[in-house]
Amino acid sequence: MKQVPALKIDGITIHQSLAIIEYLEETRPTPRLLPQDPKKRASVRMISDLIAGGIQPLQNLSVLKQVREEMQLTWAQNAITSGFNALEQILQSTAGIYCVGDEVTMADLCLVPQVANAERFKVDLTPYPTISSINKRLLVLEAFQVSHPCRQPDTPTELRA
Amino acid sequence: MQAGKPILYSYFRSSCSWRVRIALALKGIDYETVPINLIKDGGQQFSKDFQALNPMKQVPALKIDGITIHQSLAIIEYLEETRPTPRLLPQDPKKRASVRMISDLIAGGIQPLQNLSVLKQVREEMQLTWAQNAITSGFNALEQILQSTAGIYCVGDEVTMADLCLVPQVANAERFKVDLTPYPTISSINKRLLVLEAFQVSHPCRQPDTPTELRA
Repeated sequence: MKQVPALKIDGITIHQSLAIIEYLEETRPTPRLLPQDPKKRASVRMISDLIAGGIQPLQNLSVLKQVREEMQLTWAQNAITSGFNALEQILQSTAGIYCVGDEVTMADLCLVPQVANAERFKVDLTPYPTISSINKRLLVLEAFQVSHPCRQPDTPTELRA
Repeated sequence: MQAGKPILYSYFRSSCSWRVRIALALKGIDYETVPINLIKDGGQQFSKDFQALNPMKQVPALKIDGITIHQSLAIIEYLEETRPTPRLLPQDPKKRASVRMISDLIAGGIQPLQNLSVLKQVREEMQLTWAQNAITSGFNALEQILQSTAGIYCVGDEVTMADLCLVPQVANAERFKVDLTPYPTISSINKRLLVLEAFQVSHPCRQPDTPTELRA
């Protein structure tokens, strides 16, 4: 698909971020990234798919390049606000400390990077208080810090933390 | 105690709805359909009632076991976990990864780029090309991936969630007049799947809301 990420692990290469994460979950099951209860798992996957399938693909680089330059920002903002309008509503019934209940799940792994995209595209986050507060809580966790775009091997010097 | 059959909110032509219809048929789950017409009345998915059910204002949504789930793959994975036979995902984690990879490629990488709400944002004269590009980019990758995963079907010789995504996407490709000659593996797997009963009963041409002129 000529996209990142791809993970070479256990002798295979997997792409599509959620397929990778589900594989990691099935082969390295602790700590859990999906709850045990099927209904809560459904909520986690629903939120993850909403972001990974319903928002991000519409505002990624290869799609934006097909939109006229002067329209690109609006296009990206629309993709994000449509999705966040829905997500903010959904979180009213699923969220505890994090997106689904009080444990970090795959849904949270999708939320934080999407909020970062929203900030990059100057989306006003005021209408999304639940998304914003969950995002804040997640960003202080170590896994979200070490993996942050500003701390990667390929982070440009001027953006490095 | 939850009474009554599951309820599927579906549009006959929605490829995402079709995926779930196939899953329900394969697992022998009897359900009711509430048709949501994406075009009539300005789009019934925008009604207040439906929005409360699915804030993304999209089909499908499934009411089952006292909850409502949307996002077709989340629905299918829930059905798989609660009604595990027949399997829609293999037991082996590496094969499961292949199934999810292909499913996500289609459901996240192709379909969202050519669905109705996105196409409406593209200038009318560009819409067909836009949809065709979305599909061919994805099918170029998928054809390659299938070289290493496919047997009779997308992953090995059993029907999996990947196949439930493939057939509706090929139907979309045909609707958008995409030339399928460069995709012989996709085409032959699609043919084999279409003869299976679950793919037939769930077909857009056999739904409660199929318009008369399109009915099989």
